[in-house]
Amino acid sequence: MNTHNVVTVYLKELRDSLRDRRTLLSTIIIPTLVMPFIVLSAGMISYKVVNKAREEIPSVMVLGGADSPVVRAAIEANKSIKLVPATADWKQRIIDKNLRAAVELPPGFDAALGHGESATVKIYNYESELRSGFAVSELRRFFTEYRDKTVAARLAAQGLPASFIKPFEIRSANVAPLEKVGGNMVGGIIPYFFIILCFMGAMYPAIDLTAGEKERGTMETILCSPVARIDLVVGKFLLVLTASLATVVFSLLSMGATFVVGGLLLAQGGGGVAAAAAKGSAAQLPTIDPLGLLAVVAMVLPVAVLFAAVLLTIALFAKNYKEAQSYVSPLIIVIILPAMMAMLPGVELNTRLALVPILNISLVSKELVSGVWHWHYLALIFGSSCLYAAAALALCVRMFNRESVLFRS
Amino acid sequence: MIEARSLTKLFQDKKRGTIRAVDGVSFTCRPGQIYGLLGANGAGKTTTLRLLATLLQPSSGEATVAGFDVRTQPEKVRANIGFLATSTALYGRLTARETIAYFGRLNGLTPAQIAARTRQLADELALHEFLDRRVEKFSTGMKQKTSIARTLVHDPAVLILDEPTLGLDVMAARTILRFVRECRDHGKTVIYSTHVMSEVEKLCDVIGIIHHGRLVAEGTLEQLRTRFGDPDLEEIFVRAVGGEEEAA
Repeated sequence: MNTHNVVTVYLKELRDSLRDRRTLLSTIIIPTLVMPFIVLSAGMISYKVVNKAREEIPSVMVLGGADSPVVRAAIEANKSIKLVPATADWKQRIIDKNLRAAVELPPGFDAALGHGESATVKIYNYESELRSGFAVSELRRFFTEYRDKTVAARLAAQGLPASFIKPFEIRSANVAPLEKVGGNMVGGIIPYFFIILCFMGAMYPAIDLTAGEKERGTMETILCSPVARIDLVVGKFLLVLTASLATVVFSLLSMGATFVVGGLLLAQGGGGVAAAAAKGSAAQLPTIDPLGLLAVVAMVLPVAVLFAAVLLTIALFAKNYKEAQSYVSPLIIVIILPAMMAMLPGVELNTRLALVPILNISLVSKELVSGVWHWHYLALIFGSSCLYAAAALALCVRMFNRESVLFRS
Repeated sequence: MIEARSLTKLFQDKKRGTIRAVDGVSFTCRPGQIYGLLGANGAGKTTTLRLLATLLQPSSGEATVAGFDVRTQPEKVRANIGFLATSTALYGRLTARETIAYFGRLNGLTPAQIAARTRQLADELALHEFLDRRVEKFSTGMKQKTSIARTLVHDPAVLILDEPTLGLDVMAARTILRFVRECRDHGKTVIYSTHVMSEVEKLCDVIGIIHHGRLVAEGTLEQLRTRFGDPDLEEIFVRAVGGEEEAA
């Protein structure tokens, strides 16, 4: 390998890519601007939707209960729900989202309570519909309170204390350090983001430098120069790797900035009570281990090498840009699946999983951001990832020596 | 100097089986000479030239270019050739100067040598006006001149030109022909493939007629006229390949 030639090829490809709007768009602009924009706007929209739904007073219908004026009066007195007159088409109205929920009182409800008998109140709702869910919560809260009052009255009538039916309380408390809690919560998502960004950042340049060159007719021009195939491959590979890592770095920086700005906005716009609540709970928020986060970046490096080499090899096989895109796009699913598996609860790192590319990185990252360092696994994962990356790079060089690939027609 | 001996290239095709794209071709091309490789489309001209430029490996036979073996010393061969074809495009996002410099560096020239060579080529080919503009904005003629500069940056002893005037207008084609003649006059070895008879008549010192991968006739224009008893090159070509139906 001739370092001078590798550097020459790399610098030329770098200059060429920096002048290409599409590369800049996919490597720098989209991860820097669009990603935080999507995250922020998606967060804002869902925040607003949920708030709006929460602010709405749900319309509820009471079915039956004509013979139970006491409970009906209590329901009517509850300002958190809006009672609507009972109609026969209540089911359809719930489905049509005109009515959030209906509550059915059994015949003789008041009387049953008076006699100390048990009765069942039924709530009808639209499962998984957010506003219907809020109506159900409100109804449940109301009836639980109503039941507690009834119980308290019955106990008082018998001359018994409230602790008679509640002999002890149950409470749970977290003893795990906060960064471990945070690691468990977001540890799966962080490497998932890194892996996807690595792939996305490498995709466009890999196609442009291989199938794109074939399509534009520059591949033959460079192949007839005295530069050795391996120098050409390594130069191109380094550029794809640079683009891949640049995407990760730029999105990391912009995501960091987004969280800082988003946090400030939330603190300012949240109003007195919300801001105070946020400040109060800030100390209790789960955190992640910053050193672990750095280690995750280091672990992602061999994955970036693997992606760059694999993408170059596949894209080189294609005759033109379009063909390359159709080969490369389905790969995203192959990448996403193992990256996502680490987010499933219960999937833990073991020796066998430590050898599965991508999944191993995702799993170990979860541990790393929790501040847990499994040195033997780390060595195994880093080693195996480097090995896969080297194999992919060797395959790429082999492909560049195959005339059936270079001159496919 | 180019010497090809029984050069053969086979391709495997799923539908058509083994294709003999180049079939036992032997010829010699000397310095200060333009060797014209004349043939119809698909006759094997491009494959022959790609074998000489080491873009493809011969299936059998051998060839030396500028004294180096195409099979065992491909990088040395490439360091001594200038290869120009319709399929060798330029990088659109680089300027003409950057293009010349890039290929100069890959050919081992120092920055000082590159600067001197760029000045010289820009003078000879009248590139100064657009030397620092991006190639993607160039007219066909400007691109062609830049391609010539790219081909000549390392002053190669051998020039391999594969239908370099294909698709060019008259003025751009004339630029190429003038440059090819100048190269010959400077003692370079030039091999030139085409299917345009008039170009061969105007340009080539030795003509090789290639058909179905085989060299079916070879000689100077005069020798071919005598051999086939016809002054017209087109007629000579048709007879050499075995009649009009065969030529088609």
